[in-house]
Amino acid sequence: MTEPLNQQYRLNLMLCAGTACVSMKSFAIKARLEEELRRHGLDGEVLVVLTGCNGFCAVGPVMTVMPDGIFYHTLTPHVIPKLVEEHFLKGRPVEKLMFTPPAEKAAVPRLADIGFFANQTLVALRNRGMIDPEKIDEYIGRDGYRALAKALTEMTPESIVETIKASGLRGRGGGGFPTGLKWELCRKAAGDVKYLVCNADEGDPGAYMDRSIVEADPHSVLEGMLIGARAIGAAHGFVYIRAEYPLARKRLQIAIDQAREYGLLGEGILGSDLDFDVSIKQGAGAFVCGEETSLIASIEGRPPEPRQRPPFPAQSGIRGKPTNINNVETWATVAPIIERGAGWFAAMGTAKSKGTKVFSLVGKIQNTGLIEVLMGTPLRKIIFDIGGGIPDGKAFKAVQTGGPSGGCLPASLLDLPVDYESLTEAGSIMGSGGMIVMDEDTCMVDVAKYFVEFTNDESCGKCSACRDGSGALLEILRRICAGEGRLEDLDTLAELCEVIKDASMCGLGQTLPNPVLTTLRYFRDEYEAHIRDRKCPGKVCKPLIRYFIDPEICRGCTVCARDCPSKAITGERKKAHVIDQARCVKCGVCLEACGVFGISAVKIE
Amino acid sequence: MSKLRVEDLERISQRVRKMTLLREGAGRAKITVHMGTCGIAAGARGIMNALMEEIESRGIEDVLLTSSGCAGLCSQEPMITVEVKDQAPVKYVGLTREKVQRILAQHVQGGQVVGEYALARGSERPS
Repeated sequence: MTEPLNQQYRLNLMLCAGTACVSMKSFAIKARLEEELRRHGLDGEVLVVLTGCNGFCAVGPVMTVMPDGIFYHTLTPHVIPKLVEEHFLKGRPVEKLMFTPPAEKAAVPRLADIGFFANQTLVALRNRGMIDPEKIDEYIGRDGYRALAKALTEMTPESIVETIKASGLRGRGGGGFPTGLKWELCRKAAGDVKYLVCNADEGDPGAYMDRSIVEADPHSVLEGMLIGARAIGAAHGFVYIRAEYPLARKRLQIAIDQAREYGLLGEGILGSDLDFDVSIKQGAGAFVCGEETSLIASIEGRPPEPRQRPPFPAQSGIRGKPTNINNVETWATVAPIIERGAGWFAAMGTAKSKGTKVFSLVGKIQNTGLIEVLMGTPLRKIIFDIGGGIPDGKAFKAVQTGGPSGGCLPASLLDLPVDYESLTEAGSIMGSGGMIVMDEDTCMVDVAKYFVEFTNDESCGKCSACRDGSGALLEILRRICAGEGRLEDLDTLAELCEVIKDASMCGLGQTLPNPVLTTLRYFRDEYEAHIRDRKCPGKVCKPLIRYFIDPEICRGCTVCARDCPSKAITGERKKAHVIDQARCVKCGVCLEACGVFGISAVKIE
Repeated sequence: MSKLRVEDLERISQRVRKMTLLREGAGRAKITVHMGTCGIAAGARGIMNALMEEIESRGIEDVLLTSSGCAGLCSQEPMITVEVKDQAPVKYVGLTREKVQRILAQHVQGGQVVGEYALARGSERPS
């Protein structure tokens, strides 16, 4: 860490080593790059840097060449020799490896000019792709720990709290509670021993904002917690991180070790009287641990069941002591606010939702990835300008925000500004920032069923409304998907949802009906098609669909018959084949196998 | 490493400043060495090395050094293009280590174009 960085490098290759790119062989690519650079004698002038998540996960592994800003994507070890020779030896950037937007012909060489990046505003992700997360000096080099120094030398705990309050920062973990107020409550709570918690128990399917922040910039989280410790008067903090995030945990541990070595954690931090240290608490990956009181129970070594509030954690949290819990993104946003002032932050966003928000954009979307945008950015801009729209020319059907606790919003709401109030009004929530895009081939009843299956699984079982209510919802949804629904089921669903909302103690139960309620609200016609017409408009629910072969198109190539796992397809060579409906298991293999002149003879109805 | 004090943060930043500037692509000046086959054959490699060594020994931090392909004037290689911020790029031709030293001192650091080595100011316009 403290070895002098070689000042002679003329190029830095910022190679993404977030989880997604690592799974696509970032480490092997790094080894190959270094080998080729050595072979050409360039190893003293070109440095390969492993960064955290760059965000453009759809086209990973990605690499940005600095200072030129040239962006390469979908790298494999075998393209590296050519790349090194052409670009790094001869200075000719390789166009074939640059990004070409699907609708255009010419490649866009520079990262800053690519629509995916150009439409983003980075606060929590300010260092992404710019630093090696395992080197504290690189974080410090980008003004890291300056906000802490300011908080310790120029500010009082009260003025830190005031600044956070004035900035309008609200919790990025889901609830959207004002962060400054939360800090103030904990600060004013009686007691000498207080705790901080960083909630990194990101459990929503399809969400990976917090993982990526910890992987890409762990010191930003630690610095936020240190400032919080000063403001609140806490001497110890926990980072509660799930076991499924090994890379994030490893980088966080390295960051903690390096911060301790520099005395940025420990006693008398930066020569002040602040004592603060952090330990990692590993979670076992239960969704309910995202709920504050469950998380506290888990840290204390008890089963993660929520408890009634009040008392709120700010009064009585870990071991009965006042405890302040914020999520990863909230902590990562603190330092820039302290450094640049509340006014700077409050100038971004909408009237009640300030600043920026990180989203993970997944599902049926061209540019799968991690993005940060101004609060109030319309859904359309996120999905089409940044996300690149829906792949394969399909139509947009819905976007699900906020994970299993959120709702599905239809195309008619694409111009909705994304902020806490607008999303809540539309029946969804901000949540921690998962954004799942769905195309025309999605069945909304099936989606509601999927999310209720998830929450039913993850319910801790303490409240019967949540435990049994989700089971009852699921039973009805399963029946509808099986083609056995009754019209009165829709009223029962709606009523059940209200009861579950009212009678559940924690956020999990209170929000689990959202996917059902929003699909009922915006996609009622799909429910009715399942029940009244026994049809699944998205062609997803197996009991309601039938595969058949169009004899006009089928050329009798026998491929489908060969691939069919249940031997349901029969027919002679060069003659139209037939699917035996009694044997068909509706797996869809024949549909994938068939490709007569680019049109499939296999159809679904 | 002993415990940091507030002023140490600035010291560490200075130590990694060149790297930070490089990654931000935010140098005051940029020097491009033309390293096509012709350039390499004429000794562009040596020019690149000389530049790296000189930049290091002079403690210059805000100058980015990069390479590009053949500039189209193979007979006059090795060549470099010097772009000082907000000024027209200048192409230098027929370079040697000594010429490079003077260009760094007089142009990049001093702001005065070295007229005798310069081919032209400005660059061709893409069609």
